[in-house]
Amino acid sequence: MKMERIEADVVIVGAGGAGLRAAIAIAQSDPQLVIALISKVYPMRSHTCAAEGGAAGVKGADDSLELHFNDTVSGGDWLCDQDVVEYFVRQAPLELIQLEHWGCPWSRAEDGSVAVRSFGGMKKQRTWFAADKSGFHILHTLFQTSLQFPTIRRFDEFFALELLHKDGNCRGAVAMEMRSGRFFSFHAPAVILATGGAGQVFPFTTNGAIKTGDGMAMAYRAGVPLKDMEFVQYHPTGLPGTGILLTEACRGEGGILVNKNGYRYLQDYGMGPETPIGQPVFKTMELGPRDRLSQAFWHEQKKGNTVETPWGDCVLLDMRHLGEKKIDERLPLVRELATYYVGHDPVTDPVPVRPVVHFMMGGIDSNLNGETPMPGLFAIGETSCSGLHGANRLGSNSLTELLVSGKRTAQRAAGYAKETGRHAEDGAVTAQADAVVKGVRDLLLQTGDQSLAGVRRAMRTTMEEGAGIYRDEAGTRATCEKIAELRGRCGAIEVNDKSNVFNTDLHQTLELFNLLDVAETVAEASLQRRESRGAHQRLDHTERDDENFLKHSLAFRQDGGRPRIEWLDVTITRSQPGVRDYSGGKKE
Amino acid sequence: MSRQPYVRPVSRTTWYMRHGRYRRYMLREVTCLLVAFYTGLMIWGLAALAGDSPVGWERFLAAQQNPVMIAVHASALIYYLVYMTFDWFKLAPKAMAVQVGERVLPDRAIVFGHYAAWVVLTLLVFWLTGVF
Amino acid sequence: MSQRTLELEVLRYDPEQDSEPHFQQYSVPCREDWAILDALNYVKENLDTTLSYRWSCHMMVCGSCGMMINGEPVLTCKTFVRDLPDTVRVEPLANFPIERDLVVVLDDVMEKLQRAQLWIIRQDPPPVDHEFTQSRGALQKFKQYTMCINCMCCYAACPQYALDKEFIGPAVLALAHRYNRDSRDQGQSERLNTLADHDGVWQCSFVGACSEVCPKHVDPAAAIQQMKVDGAIEWWKQRLPGSKR
Repeated sequence: MKMERIEADVVIVGAGGAGLRAAIAIAQSDPQLVIALISKVYPMRSHTCAAEGGAAGVKGADDSLELHFNDTVSGGDWLCDQDVVEYFVRQAPLELIQLEHWGCPWSRAEDGSVAVRSFGGMKKQRTWFAADKSGFHILHTLFQTSLQFPTIRRFDEFFALELLHKDGNCRGAVAMEMRSGRFFSFHAPAVILATGGAGQVFPFTTNGAIKTGDGMAMAYRAGVPLKDMEFVQYHPTGLPGTGILLTEACRGEGGILVNKNGYRYLQDYGMGPETPIGQPVFKTMELGPRDRLSQAFWHEQKKGNTVETPWGDCVLLDMRHLGEKKIDERLPLVRELATYYVGHDPVTDPVPVRPVVHFMMGGIDSNLNGETPMPGLFAIGETSCSGLHGANRLGSNSLTELLVSGKRTAQRAAGYAKETGRHAEDGAVTAQADAVVKGVRDLLLQTGDQSLAGVRRAMRTTMEEGAGIYRDEAGTRATCEKIAELRGRCGAIEVNDKSNVFNTDLHQTLELFNLLDVAETVAEASLQRRESRGAHQRLDHTERDDENFLKHSLAFRQDGGRPRIEWLDVTITRSQPGVRDYSGGKKE
Repeated sequence: MSRQPYVRPVSRTTWYMRHGRYRRYMLREVTCLLVAFYTGLMIWGLAALAGDSPVGWERFLAAQQNPVMIAVHASALIYYLVYMTFDWFKLAPKAMAVQVGERVLPDRAIVFGHYAAWVVLTLLVFWLTGVF
Repeated sequence: MSQRTLELEVLRYDPEQDSEPHFQQYSVPCREDWAILDALNYVKENLDTTLSYRWSCHMMVCGSCGMMINGEPVLTCKTFVRDLPDTVRVEPLANFPIERDLVVVLDDVMEKLQRAQLWIIRQDPPPVDHEFTQSRGALQKFKQYTMCINCMCCYAACPQYALDKEFIGPAVLALAHRYNRDSRDQGQSERLNTLADHDGVWQCSFVGACSEVCPKHVDPAAAIQQMKVDGAIEWWKQRLPGSKR
């Protein structure tokens, strides 16, 4: 059966917030360019919809770009590329206003202007929010806005398999139409990957089923390095069992975290002194950065101070003092989620929570323009690592990142596409695409005794053990070796479903391969970064080591072996590495 | 190709038997038959009034006193009064979203308003037609 | 945590093997806090990897996992085993063609989403470097209708849509109403020209099933009735002397 061939000027893989923003930007600025927007789910299912808290952008008269910059760089433990941060904080308010013009239902202040709330690690209130469904509203605003541009050709429920490249330049991608099993080759001078993160590598995550790192894995397999993969963010307040996210805004609005003794334990971990209940103070106690809060949980658990629940050890998020009115107005989804999934109504009960994997600071090596080392290949959003977040992301910076990086990279990609022009049909590229198809067909024929679910479970278990909140030499090395072993077992996974029509057994197996690619880079980078910084914490190297490790890690794929790690200097412009002090006593 | 989407058939005549909420809906909609009946009745009555001789009108009036007719009128009155009025008044707030500043008027305020207006209009009709 | 065994009767359909759908039974040991989606995931991981269905967020916000559970269109991540009897019938969303197992063809609604002009339409340009001023009261007017997650449970419940696929349907109409009532939008007339039409709001006979099943309490039935009023007023406005048609 002949593969269908789609010609475009820009191919975008992933139709979440970043992908949609990029598509709209190109459609608006260059209506003569054809955009192929590929997504393995309908756009409104993209995981952007699950983000709750808000998007940061300087708003108040007492706030400044300088402050937002400083908060972000120190929050990132000085691993941020500061040129990227400078651009980001400058563009943030403009992008958020643009979104408002497109109809985003931001919550409002008394005077009808957009309201802003407090968020972890931020010195001022600058998080724009739409109740506690900010990501949902941002996604739907972008999706609905995108519908008015006929030059955005959507390919919904197409599973992207591999990139196409020749002579080190990106040429397009191969994808499978999920409902028919037919293969399509997409040809364009510019490809933007916007496929999100890979929380599904871990057993407890806020991430939905679709977050399997497909774009990261495709770039990795095409020879592009993955940067800073060891930096995995645990969100401090996920529901136990399901991992469902309870937004940081719970704490921004005044919620507190207590251990089994009713004690606000964060003050024991450099984030005190204790602030009055219901009156959170910026950057201390419950408004500290996510890495510190998650690490505090780990210590409390070791000390035996956590609460035992049917779902394991937890701490308690107490929002009772906020009152029903405030909760219904600002945290209605949180109330629903806590009530339905753990049976505790935050209005009347404290809610059991624990840290769960939430975001990958790491991703495809990219710069301020979203350019990767491969010409023609761009990356945006969570799937990229532009150096914006450094070693630890501040809450509400990533929703804004979707918009800023989406637009900036789209402009670059459009420019690149116009300059380069569409390539003529090429035998080598066609052969590459055919090889991808053959690979999938062979996979459907392979037999063996390994189960998809078994290998996936083993991967998640070892990742939590050796690449969790705290790592050490022996444990992380064991995880690297285990992942390598699991890769070997993939050759014996039998795909029981042989149908061409919406074969989710096949899709999940392909996703597992992507997850293992991502997992091996996370584990290896965790092993080789022998310091503690931000979200990456080593029990055997507890201090930050700027002399040796003020660098990004780059994980390169090695055929048949573990990844090769190289190091890349961090771009410092204004802010020299300092001390991350989240205690309340100091002045800034 | 290998795709062959399967369309599950829906019966045009018995679809409402599939679920309680559809059966309740049909109970509401079947009142259209009563409406049709009363329309016919009004046309007959008007024609009788407009006719040359008073015989037609006498015949019309006599027909209303037939016990079967009285039974029909009585059950229609109860059906409309008790069921339809409650049902439609309950649905009324859906079509009218009344908001004062930030606060949306609760549904029961609108429902109450409908009942109040109904009572006032009924009394007005009674007065105009000389009931009191 | 205690367990309970549920008997699932799941509708299966593989067009490459079946001429029509058929039920398949699975016995599933369920934890008491599970959603029915968790039971399906158990089936897929441990009993039958060929079962196909859509799901993602597992937190009632992505809209992927809509299915018929014991004849009721619901989000399977929001339907809990503790509220279900021992036998559970699982079928794909009603009123949509079945693609495969529990996956339905959504092309029709996706096309309608496109047709309804669900974006801010402006005649005048927006304010230059700041946001529109929108009072909390103004936000309240349309906020409820922004909550639609496009799960299509309303289409599965709507008998008008069941009998006539030309009907634009609850979710799309509710979303159009969301824009009509947004103080920043200036496209109400344009939208009503398309939607206050016989395939649009006037096809609705206010069964109200859509609002009863909506997992996000959007109340599309209310939106449609309000749009009928708006549409009627708009129709008359366009016939007044001096109006632009």
